[in-house]
Amino acid sequence: MREMMEGSSAVAESVALCRPKVVCAYPITPQTHIVERLARLHAEGRLDAGYVLAESEFTAASVVLGASATGARAYTASSSQGLLLMTEVIFNIAGMRLPVVMTVANRAVSAPINIWNDQQDSMSLRDCGWIQMYAEDVQEACDMHLQAFRIAESLNIPVMVCMDGYILTHATEPVDLPSAGEADSYLPPFEPRFHLTPTDPMTLGAMAGPDAYMEVRMLLHRSMQQAAGTIRQAAVDFHEMFGRYAGAQLDTYHADDAEVLLVSMGSLLGTMKDAVDELREEGHPVGIVKVRTIRPFPRSELHDALHRARAVGVVEKDISLGLEGILCSEIRSAFCGAAETPGISSFVAGLGGRDIRKEQIKEIALGLLSDNTCRVEVTGLDHEVLWRAHEEE
Amino acid sequence: MKEIRIHGRGGQGNVTLGEFLAEAAFAGGLYAQAFPMFGSERHGAPVTAYVRISDRPIRLRSQVYEPDHLIVQDMSLFAGNDLTGGLKEGALVVVNTSGPVGDLGIAEGFRVVGVPATELALEVVGKPIINTIMVGAFAGASGEIEMDALEKSVRERYPGELGEREIVAMRRAFEMVQGAVR
Repeated sequence: MREMMEGSSAVAESVALCRPKVVCAYPITPQTHIVERLARLHAEGRLDAGYVLAESEFTAASVVLGASATGARAYTASSSQGLLLMTEVIFNIAGMRLPVVMTVANRAVSAPINIWNDQQDSMSLRDCGWIQMYAEDVQEACDMHLQAFRIAESLNIPVMVCMDGYILTHATEPVDLPSAGEADSYLPPFEPRFHLTPTDPMTLGAMAGPDAYMEVRMLLHRSMQQAAGTIRQAAVDFHEMFGRYAGAQLDTYHADDAEVLLVSMGSLLGTMKDAVDELREEGHPVGIVKVRTIRPFPRSELHDALHRARAVGVVEKDISLGLEGILCSEIRSAFCGAAETPGISSFVAGLGGRDIRKEQIKEIALGLLSDNTCRVEVTGLDHEVLWRAHEEE
Repeated sequence: MKEIRIHGRGGQGNVTLGEFLAEAAFAGGLYAQAFPMFGSERHGAPVTAYVRISDRPIRLRSQVYEPDHLIVQDMSLFAGNDLTGGLKEGALVVVNTSGPVGDLGIAEGFRVVGVPATELALEVVGKPIINTIMVGAFAGASGEIEMDALEKSVRERYPGELGEREIVAMRRAFEMVQGAVR
């Protein structure tokens, strides 16, 4: 049954439906409401898990690493600086093949300190060996957590579910949550392939020297590259059971006959779809390709989805300083060696919570229709401020 | 689609006010979305909250720039802020004030309604909880929100005696604004 829920509460309820055995987190804006709600569910006896209060994100990540190593389904959540403080452990969780699931409530990173939304935090950790998924709305964020545990546990690869801070975590909108029984039939209990136990001692995360390290890393790399089928199956089965499908690694919107394709991840896609509807009504052949997982990177799917377009505009809320938007660089790599390549341009937008309006999206699309030259642009800047700072330098 | 912008200060329940409106609209069979834009997170700092109501699913995530209606919980925010910026012609403006709305300096062309929400809250609720009163006044002046649905939302969130007093105050505000539109 659909009801109005705040994004964070809805996600916490979804996580509880996944029946984690250990939840450990340290609160940070805008993730806080998620872990507060989980703590309350635990206090009310509605979440049968060990709820561990950590004194830092480093500890929170370490606790879920340890819990997962003993064979428990383990969950944490963070944002921004908190996520970065977890970094060392995050690499370890992936390297040890522990199927932890984490929510990232996407937020800008310091400095300057900023509590508002962009995707720089999780995008900066794209090479850590976790599967990274981005949710478009609150419903998808909820559904994605059930899928995430299934994917993580079948591949022994941890999954980050990324949802835009405030824009989704603090949005109240209609959400349909499954019943406990439905959730159980989609996500069976965790049966670890290996786990630490005193009755059958083993070592996890042992040292691997130059003779073995590369092979161990390549096994994880190969599992990632082969994860497409598992991710698709999780989405297909979910669709079959609950009637909702938001894409596997990609999804498209009015893309088939589009001369200009806009690419993005997360909540911006909603605004983008409204912009594309208006552009279509005005007769402009514009469409959207939604990237749902940036790791594993759906390279060939992206090539197939984009290659017929004249121009591709990658609109993203992150930047590799000194280069361009991160997703844009990666999409360019999908066309390496291709005979025909659309003009692929980078549009960095919405950093540190700067609002992105429908009109800006339309402007980008119309600009690409008239000129498909590859370019790197930053939209929504106050050029006067920049110019003054430049003069002072 | 109808868009509503709420201005207030941290601690006045601006976000909750938006959620009450969205929940009541949803209960009436419509789609709704409510979300806040915080300044820094502290009591007394200006907070803006937004509500969208539509008969179709709502995908737009940007802030609201051209609202159909405005709710102002703290009239001191009129000083130095362009609260009516982008507001549509003929929009409803519901303001928490005990004085004449003509003194607020709001431009012509809007339907302005004043509600003495703070006084009413202190009298009926015994505490300066104004968001339920403001939402009742909005429902009364706009005719777009069902009071029964609002009552249900308030009761769910604030069960017990305090919530019941808030509902009494909300009803008073609803009746107070009947025919009070400037």
